[in-house]
Amino acid sequence: MAMLSFERKYRVRGGTLIGGDLFDFWVGPFYVGFFGVTTAFFSLLGTAMILWSAAMGPTWNLWQISIAPPDLSYGLSMAPLMEGGLWQIITVCALGAFCSWALREVEICRKLGMGLHVPFAFAFAILAYATLQVIRPVLLGAWGHAFPYGIYSHLDWVSNVAYQYLHFHYNPAHMIAASLFFATVLALSMHGGLVLSSVNPKKGEVVKTPEHEDTFFRDFIGYSVGTLGIHRVGLFLALSAVWFAALCIVISGPFWTRGWPEWWGWWLNLPIWM
Amino acid sequence: MAQFKPLFSLENQNLLTAVQPVGPLHDGPALPSGDWRRSGKPFLFHLLGRIGNAQIGPIYLGGLGLASLLFGTLAFNIIGFNMLASVDWSPMQLIRQLFWLALEPPPPSFGLSIPPLAQGGWWLLTGFLLTTSLLLWFARTYRRARQLGLGTHVAWAFLAAIWLYLVCGFFRPIMMGSWSESVPFGIFPHLDWVSAISLRYGNLFYNPFHALSIVFLYGSVLLFAMHGATILAVGRYGGEREIEQIVDRGTASERAALFWRWTMGFNASMESIHRWAWWFAVLCPLVGGIGILLTGPVVDNWYLWSQKHHVVPSYPQVYPISIDPALLGARP
Repeated sequence: MAMLSFERKYRVRGGTLIGGDLFDFWVGPFYVGFFGVTTAFFSLLGTAMILWSAAMGPTWNLWQISIAPPDLSYGLSMAPLMEGGLWQIITVCALGAFCSWALREVEICRKLGMGLHVPFAFAFAILAYATLQVIRPVLLGAWGHAFPYGIYSHLDWVSNVAYQYLHFHYNPAHMIAASLFFATVLALSMHGGLVLSSVNPKKGEVVKTPEHEDTFFRDFIGYSVGTLGIHRVGLFLALSAVWFAALCIVISGPFWTRGWPEWWGWWLNLPIWM
Repeated sequence: MAQFKPLFSLENQNLLTAVQPVGPLHDGPALPSGDWRRSGKPFLFHLLGRIGNAQIGPIYLGGLGLASLLFGTLAFNIIGFNMLASVDWSPMQLIRQLFWLALEPPPPSFGLSIPPLAQGGWWLLTGFLLTTSLLLWFARTYRRARQLGLGTHVAWAFLAAIWLYLVCGFFRPIMMGSWSESVPFGIFPHLDWVSAISLRYGNLFYNPFHALSIVFLYGSVLLFAMHGATILAVGRYGGEREIEQIVDRGTASERAALFWRWTMGFNASMESIHRWAWWFAVLCPLVGGIGILLTGPVVDNWYLWSQKHHVVPSYPQVYPISIDPALLGARP
C-alpha cells in the first residue's frame, strides 16, 4: 500500500457530499469519491478529444500542437467537430474536471476535519479559466475569442489580444494584477526563507523559535506579521492576483474597446488640473 | 428547539482574529554585543492584530541599514526632482503626469561613457546610488539573520531579485555596449521598455527562459495559495506553528500532508513545502535574468530562434500569402 507511516488512522469513512459509501475508497494514494469518478470521466474524455484533435492536425510535436476554438463566424453556436467543435467539447470537459476536482477536495477536507480554504482558493483559478474561455467570449458574442489549446499557440493568443489594445500594460487592472503577482512571489520567498532559516540555523546553533522569526522581521523592517498572519496575507495576495487577472481580461473588449493608454485620459483631463 | 447549523459561514474560517490576548511587549532575543540597540518603543495596533501580529516595532537601524536608507533616499530624490524639472517645477503637473514621467538613461550615442548630467548623467548616478542601497540592504538581510543565529535563506532569496535588477540595468547594457539599453526610472516608461525589448527581439514569449520564469511566477502564486489555504485549514490543530510541527510532527502536518496526498497522489512535509516555496520564488527572477541577459548579446530574434528549434506552431492558411516588403528590396 502507498500509505505514509501515520496514515492508516486517518482513513475513515464519511465526509462525502454525494454517494455515501459507494465511492468512499482510495486507489493507491488517491482518494476517489463520487467526484473522483467524475474527474476521471471528464479527464479521460477531454484527453481523448485532445488526442483526436491533435491527430487531425499537422503535427505531434508537443510544442506545436494547437487546438483552435471555432471561427468567429460561428458565434456562440456549436461548431462542427473538426472546425472548433472538438475545442468546445474539450472546454466543457475541462470545466467539468476542474469543478469535480474542487468538489473532491471538499470531500477530502471534510473527511480530514479541515477547513475548506483549499477548494475555495482553487475556485478562483477555475473562475479565471472560465472568464477567459466562457464569460468573455459570451460577452463578445463568439467562442472564437477564447484561447487555443497549445503550448506556444496560447502564447500567440496572449500577444495578439494584448496588441489589440495597443499596449496592454496600461490596463489598470493588469497593473494591479501584475503588482500582486510580484508581491506574492516576494512574500513567498520571505516566508519560505524565514521558516527555513529557523530550522536550518547557523552551523552549531540550535533550531530557532517563532520569537526569533518575529524578531528578525522586527529588526529588519519594524514589523512581523507572524506565523498565522503570513498565511492569511499569502492566500490573500495570491487570490487577489488571480481575481484582478480575471478582471483585467474581462474588461478588455466587453467594457473597453480602445487602446488601454487612452483609458487614462479621464485622469489627465480632470478639471482640477486646468 | 432544533439548532440551525449553517452549512457554511464566513465567521470561524480562521481569516480574522477575534480575540487578541495582550501582554507586556518584548524586544525579542538579545543581540550580540557589537550590534546597536534597537530603536523605537514597540506599540500595539489593534486592527492590525486582527490579521497578524498587533505589535509594531522596535526596529534595528544599524550602520548598514542607515547607509542603505541614505543611498536609497538620495536615489529616490534625484528621480523625483528630475521628474519635477521635466514638468517645469510645477507640483500640480508632477502629480498629474506622475505615471508618465521618468528619469531616462542616456541616448545611444554616449555608449558606456559617463554622459552629461542632463543627458543621462543623473540616471547613471541614480543607478549607482540605488544599486549601492540594494547591496547594503542585502548585507543587512544577511547580518540580521546571522546575529540572531538564523540561517541566511532570506538574504539569498533577495540576491536572486537583485540579480534580475542588475541584469536589466547593468550587466546587459555593458554587454550591449550602451547605457541606453537600460531601464528608465518611471512607472509607464519602464513598462514601455518591456514592450520595446519584446518588439525588438522577436517576441519575448518565444524566449524559453522567459517562459520558464513565468512558470515559476504563476507557480509561486499557485504555491502560496495552496500553502496559505492549507495552513489556515488546519489552524484548529495549530498548523501555523510550523517550526514546532517540523521538529515534532503533529496532527496538523499529518492532515495537511494527507490532504494533498489524497488529492494529487504525493505531498510535501511541513519543512519541505517551504523549500518548494523558496525555490519557486527564487527561480522566477533567477531564470528571468538569464533570459534577459541572452536577449541581444546572444539571440537577436526569439521567434526565429524558436523556428530553428522547431517549436513555432503553424496555423491554417486563411488569408492570401503576402510577401514581406523588406524581402522585395522595398525602400522604407
